[in-house]
Amino acid sequence: MHLMYFTEQPMSAYPAQAGKDFGATALMFSNKHFDPVAGSRLYNEYIEHYKLAEEVGFDGIMLNEHHNAPFCMQAKCNVFASILAALTKKVKLVLLGNPLPLAENPVRLAEELAMIDMISRGRLVSGFVRGGGQEQLAAGVNPAFNRERFEEAHDLIIRTWTQEGPFRWEGTHYQHRVVNPWAVPLQKPHPRVWIPGVLSKETIIWAARQRYPYVALSTAIPATKKIWELYDSVAAETGYTAGPENRGYLQRCHVAETEEKAMANARQFMWMQGEFTGLAHPVWSTPSGYFSPSYRKAFVEFAVGRGVNPRAAAFEDQIRDQQIIAGTPKTVIPKLRRLLEETRPSIVGFWASDGFVSNADATTCIKLLGQEVLPAVREMGKELKLLSPFEAEAPVSIRESKGPAPAAA
Amino acid sequence: MTVISDAVWTTEEVKVCGVAVRLRKRGAGPPLFVLHHDIGTLESLPFYESLAQRFTVYLPSHPGYDGAERPAWLRSARDVAVIYQALLALLKVGPVNLVGLGFGGWIAAEMATMSPQAFRRVILVGAMGVKPTHGEILDQALLSYIAYARAGFKDQRAFDRLYGTDPSTPQLEQWDLNREMTFRIAWKPYMYNPALPHLLGGVRSRTLVVWGRADKVVPLECGEAYARAIPGSRLAVVEKAGHCVDMEQPDALVKLISEFTAGS
Repeated sequence: MHLMYFTEQPMSAYPAQAGKDFGATALMFSNKHFDPVAGSRLYNEYIEHYKLAEEVGFDGIMLNEHHNAPFCMQAKCNVFASILAALTKKVKLVLLGNPLPLAENPVRLAEELAMIDMISRGRLVSGFVRGGGQEQLAAGVNPAFNRERFEEAHDLIIRTWTQEGPFRWEGTHYQHRVVNPWAVPLQKPHPRVWIPGVLSKETIIWAARQRYPYVALSTAIPATKKIWELYDSVAAETGYTAGPENRGYLQRCHVAETEEKAMANARQFMWMQGEFTGLAHPVWSTPSGYFSPSYRKAFVEFAVGRGVNPRAAAFEDQIRDQQIIAGTPKTVIPKLRRLLEETRPSIVGFWASDGFVSNADATTCIKLLGQEVLPAVREMGKELKLLSPFEAEAPVSIRESKGPAPAAA
Repeated sequence: MTVISDAVWTTEEVKVCGVAVRLRKRGAGPPLFVLHHDIGTLESLPFYESLAQRFTVYLPSHPGYDGAERPAWLRSARDVAVIYQALLALLKVGPVNLVGLGFGGWIAAEMATMSPQAFRRVILVGAMGVKPTHGEILDQALLSYIAYARAGFKDQRAFDRLYGTDPSTPQLEQWDLNREMTFRIAWKPYMYNPALPHLLGGVRSRTLVVWGRADKVVPLECGEAYARAIPGSRLAVVEKAGHCVDMEQPDALVKLISEFTAGS
């Protein structure tokens, strides 16, 4: 198994009432509410959490990025990956991921990632995402070309990593007359690519066709099973058999010394009123062209307040469905077993704390996870034969499926 | 070319630049082309009916709008203008009167710059396309479909009469589809062409610029800028109207068009 530590890096020092009064905590919610003094403190606390996560035995640190919103302070995952490349020694740096469509220059991204891979001595896992709907607006990037840009930027980055330069790229959305970055990745053929997602079938299908592991972000177990049904069928069509090495899951899981404290802190997973990516204005989170046409009816109704949010669920429901797990190590371990037995992931991210959970409680949670939960999960993983892509020496992609697994050059 | 006729409108699909352009036609008299808003258009409007008493009204759907075929390669309002120039060449209807509404006004302005003397008259109504100096063109990406469509009206009762107080879900889907197409061709810079004010200096077609006094979508200063940029043009401001003068004050707009197109 590959067990990762994750935090959204919540900006818990913002005035929550101001967000409620405004009616949204993203995109147009003014950054006058950002306090850089608190921001400086929090960034440094998060660095300590990541160092502790390595110390207590996590295999990886999962990083992400979001923009214009307090639910996630990390505006550039490559910045934290760079810091951690130098500060940590063993953990994989799992970026889930760089939002490709927001990049105007994917070659620059390929260079940055190559630098991180070399500085970390080959510990980079380079996931890619489409970016949230409102982030297209935050970056001024056309939502109507989101998926086209995602796929083209991906193709350009992989080619930049695998083909000797110089070469020329004349694409639909990207044109580069000279592609020849000096820095290339340490891992060959290239760093592993994992694809996280929550809703879009198109992304699951795309990931399965590439033979990239897909990381389901806190979906309920029945929905997660449906994801694997789809992934496995596309894998079979593509000509390989998918297994646990293709499956990742991000579990919100808060552990404390007592049940009561754990449950109280777990409520902080709902600190954005249950919205995954901040209290969103429905129009900003679903710009026209961003979602596939099959969701058009649901989203136009949602956008004018006629339909229910297709993504949000109540805290009690999420506890019941195990989208959120909370308790002492003793009570969370059986729940994690259920997750592993029913959905068979080999990559598990632990989203440990959120919102206004104190630094002391967040630290205790990481320690308890490392000391008591991770060893139990590893044992279950062995018993259930949940081999991670590293343990299974899985090929990095369909293109490389006949070649060797990536290794430091 | 397929032609469907009902008692009032004739609808045909004309292949231009590889795109099936849906063209509706109605009435009798001198040819008058009407280019619709970014929100698309309702099938029928008092404005069209009134125009059809005096003109042969041609009403194309912009490619990708209101269910018309979407060319994946289309990237700018100027691309649409070229398609319409090709359409006019194909139809051989002679010098036409050209009316552009809002976003359609931008397309009409681009067309006018391409063939300076081709149009009998050009009427630009609340046209996008020129960057305001002081204000801003309203960003629909931040507004719901209903809020954006409503922003085009000074008097919300006029909106209610046409779309209903609570527009239907199919209407919302149509607006979403049209908005997506608008993003595809006018995302950045949003709703203007920096070169247009310069190119407008070459227009020789007689041009009337019309603006609703209470336009909250495209500031009135853009109307003034159009009138300054196009030689010999003038600006007529319609009171008690927002951006969608055609839907809010159809009689006033038809009167302006009729008077401006009368005579040689």
